[in-house]
Amino acid sequence: MNEKQMTAPDSHYEQMIAEESVCTTENIVYEKPHTLTDTPFHYCPGCGHGVAHRLIAEVIEEMDIQEETIGVAPVGCSVFAYNYLNIDMSEAAHGRASAVATGIKRVLPEKYVFSYQGDGDLAAIGTAETIHTCNRGENILIIFINNGIYGMTGGQMAPTTLPNMKSTTSPFGRDTNSMGYPLKITELIAALPGTYYVTRQSVHKPLNVRKAKKAILNGFQYQKLNRGTCFVEIVSNCPSNWKMTPVESNKWLEDNMLPFYQLGDIKVPKEEIK
Amino acid sequence: MKELKLMKGNEALAEAAIRAGCDGYFGYPITPQSEVLEYLSREATARTGMVVLQAESEVASINMVYGAAGTGKKIMTSSSSPGVSLMQEGISYIACAELPCLLVNVNRGGPGLGTIQPSQGDYFQSVKGGGHGDYKLIVLAPSTVQEMSDFVKLSFELAFKYRNPVMILTDGALGQMMEKVELFPQQPRTNEIYPWATTGKKHERERSIITSLHIQPDKMEEINIHLQEKYRTIEKNEVRFEEVDCEDADFIILGYGLVARICQKAAQLAREKGYKVGVLRPITLFPYPTDVIRAYSEKVKGMMVVEMNAGQMVEDVRLSVEGRTTVDFYGRMGGIVPTPEEILEAFENKVLGRK
Ligand SMILES: Cc1ncc(C[n+]2csc(CCOP(=O)(O)OP(=O)(O)O)c2C)c(N)n1
Ligand code: SF4
Ligand SMILES: [Mg+2]
Repeated sequence: MNEKQMTAPDSHYEQMIAEESVCTTENIVYEKPHTLTDTPFHYCPGCGHGVAHRLIAEVIEEMDIQEETIGVAPVGCSVFAYNYLNIDMSEAAHGRASAVATGIKRVLPEKYVFSYQGDGDLAAIGTAETIHTCNRGENILIIFINNGIYGMTGGQMAPTTLPNMKSTTSPFGRDTNSMGYPLKITELIAALPGTYYVTRQSVHKPLNVRKAKKAILNGFQYQKLNRGTCFVEIVSNCPSNWKMTPVESNKWLEDNMLPFYQLGDIKVPKEEIK
Repeated sequence: MKELKLMKGNEALAEAAIRAGCDGYFGYPITPQSEVLEYLSREATARTGMVVLQAESEVASINMVYGAAGTGKKIMTSSSSPGVSLMQEGISYIACAELPCLLVNVNRGGPGLGTIQPSQGDYFQSVKGGGHGDYKLIVLAPSTVQEMSDFVKLSFELAFKYRNPVMILTDGALGQMMEKVELFPQQPRTNEIYPWATTGKKHERERSIITSLHIQPDKMEEINIHLQEKYRTIEKNEVRFEEVDCEDADFIILGYGLVARICQKAAQLAREKGYKVGVLRPITLFPYPTDVIRAYSEKVKGMMVVEMNAGQMVEDVRLSVEGRTTVDFYGRMGGIVPTPEEILEAFENKVLGRK
């Protein structure tokens, strides 16, 4: 979200909107999907989590699979994803979302099952579950929100924190000698035969949002083929713990995160779904 | 017609899971219970379509159980002591989210990697919580291969009746030994849809959410109060125990699981020597048969608890007795199974020796 979009509409528009003649169904160009609840997001202003949630809700609505979908929320800032997505959901222990999703999908193989996980959740404490879920080729979609930091616990270093990037537990910048290197887990799992579709997207600009939505749509649709795990990484931001404004954080993401975490498909299926 | 078979405890338990209409098993190999996963991998899917999955760890298996049990299916896992330790975080989540499921611990000797020989060292872990927070499992302790089979069916009934995880706490000896078992008939898998389960949100109902997160303290207290009320109901309704020769007894020996059978032999030897000894075997370790123990404590001259540990259940006996009579303890550790003769000797030295 940029600053211009965040300012209130001026009085001219307010007056127009108040006029009934404008408020007709034909004039609706954008509305809240019914797969989102009315609960306001608790996310900080400008945070990518909210955009990613909306994309999931839009895809579920457009595919008309609300009754067929079960989601798994992680431990991280998106722990309350189930308060916003109007679908059946299970909250998982920290790092175990893909194991929980495996359990659901194995006993309900006809359903669409997805997990939604942060970088600490998926690539640190849950690394084993992530790799083995993908290696077994569970027919689920994993949505991976990589903001390079532990958002929920207040900005500690994540496995994905960039070299020299500051966090509360790497206050002088991540020193790769003693703290290791950022983990490109998406490339790692793309090498596994169990994965079917692996892509890295972002939601920091409208064009990227549209591409990310297409990726999520693919991830849901491919589940019906039963060909393996779909994995959509979304490089995201954390304005609060990066200590930046939303606009600054998106600029920083583009200048620093994207050169390291390059956007685009990493593994594409042979057959495309029309 | 009765279906009688000679089976290992672990295999009888696995066979019972198939026959009870279990929908899914998630587990990881560990001695002395790997036969459960092996037997199910061989038999289950072809016979009933039951899902059987070897997970990458016990951490993964318990979280698969959590996910699958959240759909309202009949789900189980089994492991032995170190593996059950790894599951404790997940068990706590399952208890709080009130998911019915069956957990089996074929107890081996610890602490640490310990030994693969039988032990009862996990009593505290099973009965007092194990994971974090205030929760209870319903804990059943079989003492025969027959009960290894029967308690699987009973566990699923109790788990769904109370929406609570049930643990079968047994040991490596019962898991490995062969006995005659009468198998119960195959029950169909039910496909029942529960309103609380995550099966896909239907238009006519609110969305189902499986969670243990309640960030507002008053809400979290409410959940705790609800859980405690449920545990009190379970204590009222589900206590199970077995008494052998207790009516006229001057002394009572208590033990659970396999040990109870050895205690019965020791009690016989004692009776041959003229001492009136009975054996009380708790079958449910939670809920604990506190009332019957208290009642006997008013009548007898002394009690002795025998366990394959350093003295764990004895604390619950003492809490039941509240000083009304003496409670002695005899235990073997590290995978050693006591003999009837040494139990008799301990009875003579400790209980009779006091007088
Ligand atoms: C077993 C366990 N260890 C640690 C925590 C504390 N914890 C909660 S969220 C979190 C990190 C979340 O970071 P990430 O997965 O990147 O999600 P984000 O908040 O950045 O979206 C940690 C360490 C926990 N809840 N459980
Ligand atoms: S702390 Fe960071 S990741 Fe969490 S909601 Fe705020 S901006 Fe988003
Ligand atoms: Mg993060």
